[in-house]
Amino acid sequence: MTKLEQWMSTLLVLMLIWLCLVQDLLNLGYSKKFHDVILPLPVYLLVTAGSYALGTLGLRLANFNDCEEAAQELFMQIQEAQADLASKGLIL
Amino acid sequence: MASHSDIPNSAGSQRRRAKKGQAEAAEKYSVLLPTYNERENLPLIVWLLVKSFEESGNNYEIIVIDDGSPDGTQEVAQQLEKIYGSDKILLRPRAKKLGLGTAYIHGIQHATGNFIIIMDADLSHHPKFIPEFIRKQKEGNFDVVCGTRYRGNGGVYGWDLKRKIVSRGANFLTQILLRPGVSDLTGSFRLYRKEVLQKLMEKCISKGYVFQMEMIVRARQLNFTIGEVPISFVDRVYGESKLGGNEIVSFLKGLLTLFATT
Repeated sequence: MTKLEQWMSTLLVLMLIWLCLVQDLLNLGYSKKFHDVILPLPVYLLVTAGSYALGTLGLRLANFNDCEEAAQELFMQIQEAQADLASKGLIL
Repeated sequence: MASHSDIPNSAGSQRRRAKKGQAEAAEKYSVLLPTYNERENLPLIVWLLVKSFEESGNNYEIIVIDDGSPDGTQEVAQQLEKIYGSDKILLRPRAKKLGLGTAYIHGIQHATGNFIIIMDADLSHHPKFIPEFIRKQKEGNFDVVCGTRYRGNGGVYGWDLKRKIVSRGANFLTQILLRPGVSDLTGSFRLYRKEVLQKLMEKCISKGYVFQMEMIVRARQLNFTIGEVPISFVDRVYGESKLGGNEIVSFLKGLLTLFATT
C-alpha cells in the first residue's frame, strides 16, 4: 500500500465513523448534547493538526543550531591546508 | 581492473566469518567526490579527507569524478594525485556534465572499498564526521549511515531565516507524508555498504534533492538498516548556494510522486 493509500484509507475510516455517529446509523439513540459534541469534531481535528504543525515547526526552527564554531574551525583549517598544500608543491 | 570485482565479495565473506579485529583491517572506504568547477575547493576537501583518515587510521581511497569542468578542476586533481599518490586519489573524469546519479554509478564501478562515502566537494560537509559515520556503522552493523542536520548537535551555518523556514518546512512535510524514520532526507553526506548503494542506484530514478530522498525511501522498502550521525553543514564557503522557486517546486513534485507511488 502506498503512503497516499494509507492516508486515504485512514481518513476514510475516520470519516465513516464520524458519519455513523452524526447520522446515528446504528440507532444508539443518544442525546442531543452528545450529537452537538460529535458534529464539529473534524474541525477540532483540523485545528489541532494545524496547531501541532505550527508548534512543531516553530520549536524546530528555534532549536536549529547555528554552527558558528564549525565554520570558524573550517576557516582555520582552510588556511592550514592552503599553506600545507603550497609547501607540497600545489600550484593553484 | 578485473581483479577489483571480486574484492568486495571476499571482503564481505571475511567480514562475516572473521573475528572482529581481522574484520576491521579488511574494511576499506571509498569516498566519491563528484565535482563541477571545484578548482578552489577540491584541494581543500582532499586535504581534510586525508587528514581525517590518517588520524582515524581507516583504509581509504578518494575517487574524483569530474564532469569536464571548464575551470581546470581536473588539472588540480592531477596535482593532488601526484602529491598523495594514485592509490589514494583516483581520477575518473567524464567528458561532460551528466548528473549526480550517474556520477555515483560511474564512481562505484571504480571503487575498491567495501563501503562508499558520498559527500559534496564544496566544503559544506566536513570529513571530520567520517570516523563517526564509521563508528556508527559498526555499532549497529548498519547498511546506510546518514548525516543529519536536524538532530542532536547537528545544524547549519550561513543560512538566513527564510532558508531555515523552507528547510524545516520541507522536512516536516516530508516526515508527515513519508514517515521515513530518518530525520534528514535531503542531505547528501552518507555512508553506504557498497552492494547496498549499487542496489539502490538501480531502483532510484529521481534527480536533485528528491534523488537523496528516494534513496532513503527505497532503502526502507528493501529493509536495509539506517543509522544517523549529527553533522554541521557549513554552507558553501566559496561559490554560491542556490535555493530558488524552481527548486522548491521540483522538490514538492518529487515528494508527491514518492507519496503516491511508494
